[in-house]
Amino acid sequence: MADILSAAWLIARKDLSIEFRTRSAFFSAVVFALLGLVIFYYAWDPTAVTATDLAPGVLWVIFTFSGLLGLHRSFGVETADHAIDGLLASPASREAIFLGKAIANLIFVGAVQAIAIPALALFYNLRLGAVAGPLIAIAILAAIGLVAVGTLFSAMAVNTRLAELLLPMLALPFFVPIVIAAAQATAKLLSGRPVIEVGAWLKLLLAFDIVFVAACTLAYPFTVED
Amino acid sequence: MKISWLSTLAGAAVIGTFIRAVFFTTLEARQGAAQKIFYIHVPAAWVAFLAFFLVAVASGVYLWLRDPRLDRFAESSAEVGVVFTTVVLITGPLWAKPIWGTFWAWWDVRLVSTLFLWFIYVSYIVLRGAIESPELRARYSAVLGILGALLIPFIHLSVYLFATMHPMPIVGKPSAPSLPIGMLITLMISLVSFTLLYFAFVRARYNYAVERDAAAARAEHDA
Repeated sequence: MADILSAAWLIARKDLSIEFRTRSAFFSAVVFALLGLVIFYYAWDPTAVTATDLAPGVLWVIFTFSGLLGLHRSFGVETADHAIDGLLASPASREAIFLGKAIANLIFVGAVQAIAIPALALFYNLRLGAVAGPLIAIAILAAIGLVAVGTLFSAMAVNTRLAELLLPMLALPFFVPIVIAAAQATAKLLSGRPVIEVGAWLKLLLAFDIVFVAACTLAYPFTVED
Repeated sequence: MKISWLSTLAGAAVIGTFIRAVFFTTLEARQGAAQKIFYIHVPAAWVAFLAFFLVAVASGVYLWLRDPRLDRFAESSAEVGVVFTTVVLITGPLWAKPIWGTFWAWWDVRLVSTLFLWFIYVSYIVLRGAIESPELRARYSAVLGILGALLIPFIHLSVYLFATMHPMPIVGKPSAPSLPIGMLITLMISLVSFTLLYFAFVRARYNYAVERDAAAARAEHDA
């Protein structure tokens, strides 16, 4: 177990340093998220729908779409010069490769959230300070589920004829429970409901994470064998 | 083209079911003729679940045994399942309009879950179409076939939790536990005849997949 994790961490560091040096996907995901926040604001009548009602849906829809931008790049970077073959030929196990990719994606998605959530509070004039703790818990649980499923489908989508077109189609049905749970829980928190009322949603997110982190880690080796 | 005995039997059974449902089953007191759609909607939903369950089973066994026949079965079952899911999604709103007063109801857990089911297996079919190599296609679809089945309870639960916060329908649901015996028999017959139809469709679709793969193998051999 320890060597799987250390190999996974090496792979995650490799991906993160590629991303840190080019910053291509990160900036496009952040700018996409900020643009989304702004455009969504104009998609509703502010005299009929308050910003507090609008914010949870906007936040989690944008989180999902900006996540897809980063996820596609995850295995996209390995297609150049068949870099994936080098990775597969390395002594790292298939599970470690998957976990490494997923950890890098989790940090990527978390970094986008760390900018998008305060930006949401600023643009939509929300007081997030009081609900910061539970909101961060929702964000982490939602990100883990999204990344587990998204990383696996990213690995599959790059090998198909449709490539980046296929990823949203495969992944979005799997993001439905995440978006419903995260958006409903956030809506409860923002309307000042007690934390206990979001318990069912948090449990749902946690169960999703456990099932799909396990299932996707076990499924990944089947997508790369040759 | 030769029509197989299974297709003939299934077709006759379905026609017989509809004759019984329309002429020999009592009208529901409050819903009238609209309730007749029940005998298409419910068996179609049953077949859809059966189809996707068998896709998941065939996918799991495929990853173990690597028998291309299992992949062809999963391919056929998924496609037939999508057809029956489409029937569920068309008949549900058609019934709901006169009875609930609206075609679409987000608070109806089964209707919304069925829509997501449809999305999952449509993307399964698109995934299959997007991969050239038969071996890679079989593995990827098997992975999606299994994950899709794991997703269904989560979608059902999240839609359920969402729906319970919204007003429930005023008009009673059709699936009252005390279904009159005549209607119950018609329902059971419809379940059997639709299941026969499922196997007839899957067999026809499977035979097509066999011929297509054989033709592809011949073309590769000649080239």
